[in-house]
Amino acid sequence: MADFLRNFGLPTVILVAEILAIIVPLLLAVAYLTFAERKVLAAAQLRKGPNVVGPFGLFQPLADGLKLLMKETVIPTGANRGVFIAAPILTFVLSLIAWAVIPFDDGMVIANINVGILYLFAISSLGVYGIIMAGWSSNSKYAFLGALRAAAQMVSYEVSMGFVMVSVLLCVGSLNLSAIVEAQRTVWFALPLLPMFIVFFISTLAETNRSPFDLVEGESELVAGFFVEYSSMTFALFYLGEYANMILMSAMTTVLFLGGWLAPFGWMPFTGALGHVWSMFWFFAKIAFVLFCFLWVRATMPRFRYDQLMRLGWKVFLPLSLFWLVATAGFLVTFGLLPGQG
Amino acid sequence: MDSLLREYLAIIVFIGIAVGLAVVIVVASFLVARQRPDAEKLSPYECGFEPFADARAKFDVRFYLVAILFIIFDLEVAFLFPWAVSLGAIGVFGFWSMMLFLFVLTVGFIYEWKKGALEWE
Repeated sequence: MADFLRNFGLPTVILVAEILAIIVPLLLAVAYLTFAERKVLAAAQLRKGPNVVGPFGLFQPLADGLKLLMKETVIPTGANRGVFIAAPILTFVLSLIAWAVIPFDDGMVIANINVGILYLFAISSLGVYGIIMAGWSSNSKYAFLGALRAAAQMVSYEVSMGFVMVSVLLCVGSLNLSAIVEAQRTVWFALPLLPMFIVFFISTLAETNRSPFDLVEGESELVAGFFVEYSSMTFALFYLGEYANMILMSAMTTVLFLGGWLAPFGWMPFTGALGHVWSMFWFFAKIAFVLFCFLWVRATMPRFRYDQLMRLGWKVFLPLSLFWLVATAGFLVTFGLLPGQG
Repeated sequence: MDSLLREYLAIIVFIGIAVGLAVVIVVASFLVARQRPDAEKLSPYECGFEPFADARAKFDVRFYLVAILFIIFDLEVAFLFPWAVSLGAIGVFGFWSMMLFLFVLTVGFIYEWKKGALEWE
């Protein structure tokens, strides 16, 4: 029994503690991302933003969360109850479990699987299901149209995101996320693959249904899109999932293009435990920067029209990313720069 | 335990915790908040109108078209993943084989474009 506990019980407890050490700060980060969004938008429009609840309005996200918790969970009569409840849970779960493979520092990752990027790609593709399920099961016209739009938009941009990831893989020769970060010791991929970096960033905006591609919500025509019928915590789960996805996409951008946990120019003044803190500081700083760009775009850009959105995805990004992928592969093969090439 | 399996076990535990958390959040709200449903509250939202038709009506066929195009190109990406990882080992021959494959797909893509499958008017 004692043997069993030592070999199996203790690792499990440590694993659960590690997972909670990711989920809890992540949810806090989500809460404060909503706050940061309101503050950034307010600053862009010369307003003050939330400033009543607590010092500088810092308790605002907690108040919002508490308010949603105390609301009634409305399930419309025409809805398919099971699917209706499952949709927000699925969205929320998918936005959390992708974090299992994100490396925070060398070796600091829950599951260091050798197909990390494939796992991320798969999880982010599944996000469409939560939206389709919500839109269809609500049995409301706004929700249905919003879900259709969202699904078409997300799959359209996923294709060019796939091409961008493949072009990064060409330069790395591994699907492991830590290997991808390590491969950027000489130069961050954002520089040699600059056009792909830009395509990827804009695609992440479309993938997370963020402004200027937030036609899914399109409040002037679809009220709130696919989650119009949701209330209380089922609504909050969609909201948390959306913002957790934004943070996840920023983390992906950081890992693929901005050198993950690597400090700029290999600047590494610390070793040991302090070195870990230093690396993680850079990882989080880069994520925060990409997130700020998300908010900045929202404060600056007008919304796209749906035909413009589809045109950009299929007629601009798809050919561009395909062409650049072929160019990258051709360049690497011609000059013998491929990883693993003898 | 096999180290590869250990990594995937961690993912399964992660999924379990995430699902548990989501269910707890929904159930907690259901228990804490007062539930007082009535017929008006539970009718689908339609900007003050009585909903006059089922929401599961016909919709634009272009959404199907996008889905079909997506399958083609996502499969293409799925083929590109192993190719990109092993390109160093399979060399120039592997490179040109994939170029041939991509060329065929590009011809198809140009055909779609000219046929107007990518238009949203």
